[in-house]
Amino acid sequence: MSEDDERQQSPPSDLEFVSNKARNCNATGSGSGHPEFQSTYPDQVLENVLENVLHFLTSRRDRNAASLVCKSWYRVEALTRSELFIGNCYAVSPGRATARFTRVKALHLKGKPRFADFNLMPPDWGAHFNPWALAMAKAYPWLEKVHLKRMSVTDDDLATLAELFLGFKELVLVCCDGFGTSGLAIFVSKCRQLKVLDLIESEVSDDETDWISCFPEGESNLESLIFDCVECHINFEALDRLVARSPSLKKLKLNRYVSIGQLYRLMVRAPQLTHLGTGSFSPSDIAGQGDQEPDYVAAFAACRSLVCLSGFREIIPDYLPAIYPVCANLTSLNFSYANITAEQLKPIISKCHKLQTFWVLDSICDEGLQAVAATCKDLRELRVFPVDPREDNDGPVSEVGLQAISEGCRKLQSILYFCQRMTNAAVIAMSKNCPDLVVFRLCIMGRHRPDPVTSEPMDDGFGAIVMNCKKLTRLAVSGLLTDKAFDYIGRHGKLVRTLSVAFAGDSDMALKYVLEGCPQLQKLEIRDSPFGDAALRSGLHHYYNMRFLWMSSCRLTRHGCQEIARAMPRLVVEVIRSADEEEMDDVVGTLYMYRSLEGPRTDAPKFVTIL
Amino acid sequence: MVTDKMVDYPQFLNLMNKEWLVNHKVSEDKKLELRLGPPGEALDYNRNTTHGTKRAFQHTAETRTGEKEWPVDTTKNQCQKISCIEKIGDKVNLPPTPWSSGSTIYSAFSKDTKEEPQHSKASFFQNLPVSKKLAGMAEDFKQPCSPRMAVGEVQFADGKACCSLATADPDASTNITSNKRIEYSPVVGWPPIRSFRKNIASNSLSKPASESSNDKDTGGKPENPKTQLFVKINMEGIPIGRKVNLSAYNSYEELSLAIDDLFSGLLAAQRDPSATQNESKAKESAKAEAGPLAGSGEYTLIYEDDEGDRILVGDVPWNMFVSTAKRLHVLKSSELSTLQICSNEKEKAPFDPAVHI
Repeated sequence: MSEDDERQQSPPSDLEFVSNKARNCNATGSGSGHPEFQSTYPDQVLENVLENVLHFLTSRRDRNAASLVCKSWYRVEALTRSELFIGNCYAVSPGRATARFTRVKALHLKGKPRFADFNLMPPDWGAHFNPWALAMAKAYPWLEKVHLKRMSVTDDDLATLAELFLGFKELVLVCCDGFGTSGLAIFVSKCRQLKVLDLIESEVSDDETDWISCFPEGESNLESLIFDCVECHINFEALDRLVARSPSLKKLKLNRYVSIGQLYRLMVRAPQLTHLGTGSFSPSDIAGQGDQEPDYVAAFAACRSLVCLSGFREIIPDYLPAIYPVCANLTSLNFSYANITAEQLKPIISKCHKLQTFWVLDSICDEGLQAVAATCKDLRELRVFPVDPREDNDGPVSEVGLQAISEGCRKLQSILYFCQRMTNAAVIAMSKNCPDLVVFRLCIMGRHRPDPVTSEPMDDGFGAIVMNCKKLTRLAVSGLLTDKAFDYIGRHGKLVRTLSVAFAGDSDMALKYVLEGCPQLQKLEIRDSPFGDAALRSGLHHYYNMRFLWMSSCRLTRHGCQEIARAMPRLVVEVIRSADEEEMDDVVGTLYMYRSLEGPRTDAPKFVTIL
Repeated sequence: MVTDKMVDYPQFLNLMNKEWLVNHKVSEDKKLELRLGPPGEALDYNRNTTHGTKRAFQHTAETRTGEKEWPVDTTKNQCQKISCIEKIGDKVNLPPTPWSSGSTIYSAFSKDTKEEPQHSKASFFQNLPVSKKLAGMAEDFKQPCSPRMAVGEVQFADGKACCSLATADPDASTNITSNKRIEYSPVVGWPPIRSFRKNIASNSLSKPASESSNDKDTGGKPENPKTQLFVKINMEGIPIGRKVNLSAYNSYEELSLAIDDLFSGLLAAQRDPSATQNESKAKESAKAEAGPLAGSGEYTLIYEDDEGDRILVGDVPWNMFVSTAKRLHVLKSSELSTLQICSNEKEKAPFDPAVHI
């Protein structure tokens, strides 16, 4: 029910020590004629102590372990868990969750599987926030924070959050959909204590409501306002006034409808910003910009605390030099919407000595990556996205860039790299040069593409990664891969928790290797690979330990999946159909299966069959 | 229909392999009737697509009976692509399994050189009855007709890949496997990029150049926000293509001249191989070509836009052209009429090219 995750939670803000003690003393003091009054007292004290100690326990995994010690610990842990994380909203019902954990202040909920982001799942599949919103309203009226990922949130849900939770402070929506600016308007107008409103990579429908104007007048507690994904015009004057009356504002990420001139005005208002998303970073279309361009350099120079810079949604590279003053302090730079060349990047990146997170487009080419490697010795996370995501022979980045990064950025922990060509040698080099790698995601965009130099499959490269990177927990593979690659993963990927496979493998053996070899595997997503029912059977011993398994366009049959469903009653086995498939087709288009305490869900749409 | 007219245009037959045309004996199963949408059709998950079956069948090189029901390919792109795939298909025997059809061209190629077994794929195929097998194919390859993907399709145009196959290199096998393109119909959700990241190239170009103000400290602002936009350009009859930087030019005339320069040397070399050995001779012949090339109307410039459609260069304003052109082709003007046959659904304007080379 409470899932493993590598992230730590923030410690609870208050201890409630005194009130707890009082409560327990009352309980014992009321003396309901307890015959063993004397002997239970030490137990009560122990529970008291335990409760107070457990308050300090923040890691989910530690808490899960503590709750298994005995009933008493289970009870106390449940009382003291203030942040509830549920990795699959269908694994447990809202009722069950609220029954067990009675004092939750923050809810973190995840819905759809990741492949839904790439149109592999029909819309309206589920993951509705609504039942959770209603259950929380009854159980946790003091709820302060909600963090949702890949959930369907309606305008009504937003209204619920604002109206029924008086002290609501933080809303973070990542990759969500189902709501629009009118929902936002209601939410911000009623949520008087709001500190954080972060809309990240979510789809927000444009109901043509001026939601920015709906923030209540007077001083605002706003600390973070992120709306770069909102694809609608906003009322800039209202935003300007909002920023002016938000002295605590530290994070502001604007959408692409904010011009660089408007950005300037906001920056002047809020030099205390630590995280800035620059909006379009180009002048507005309105002619008559004025003769004088504002002093952008000075505006950036005034932001002495700026550590995270992003945006650049429609960048005009001429303006880039404006950010020079902040480069030296930047720990995070997101150029993944900025179509810039290596030459344009170099003067910036050469100043970014402290950079730890860098997202960029492959327009900078291998040369740009070499520049990154030369300067950013502290780099921990790199993501290289394609400007032109199609399969091609040529691409601007290749093994050359990867090799350079591996040699220059030895502390690298996480990499996502899209390219058209990659060699085993470069991947092996990275495995040796960057032993701290925790996340390795390589996407060779040409399917089934071998090493262009040796014509070998990419088995050895990925094999080296799992062998040499002992801390690896997340892996995404691509290119031409035989069963051998999966043999390596099964043998050496002992810490791997998330594995993404596409267009890879030769036979069922590949999947068997993984399911039998990776004890920590929790999330397995596979598409277009030749794995059938036999392979599926080989994971029966492990599926209850996993959050989910996704297999689309593989070789599964309905009766194969049914076998699994029968063998494992606590597993929900969903077969998702595309429009041209019949209900009783034996071939399974998409299998999505996950452990659940609740059995088949009741909100499944017609195209989902639960076996 | 298509078949008949093909016969009348032998040049076009070179592009369209007969085997491909007559292959599709699936008419017995209506369910598998191949339906092709226009390239601009956006992929909707709920849309009833059987493009996958079509793709599977492209690779079956079996019978040669005339196929009258072959739904007409509305996109020339497909024709071009298929022609080249077929040429590879000639080299490899492809059992029409879902896996082979998707992966065979490529993997079969490399596997031919390494002799890896394909039996695992074949056995799956044998176990299923025909209709299910094909249904399996259908679902294996849900085809989005997203514009971007369709363009990616057409990279196999004219002669490039085919000629690379034909080139007799000493280490042809490695060259081929490393240079060859994997031509698949576009696939849903691949590469795995979220939709809001997909239009970056066009976004950055769509900013009108006029917006640049006059008072940058850096001085003159480049006309186009993106200072480099290299697109491939192939000339019909020349196996090796070039790349041209569209943002380096400001008008169609400049582009036309530049293309002239690019290819005149190659053309001259082709017509007179000895000319390449003598530099001055080459220049002479190049000059001699330049005139005829530029003014003769012998060649026509075509571009492919981001939806994969082929369009005559010159119709739209220059800036719009630069922002949407993904690829260029230089075709012999005499060939244009035959091309019209292939694209039956798309009505081209009467032949009056705006730009001649």
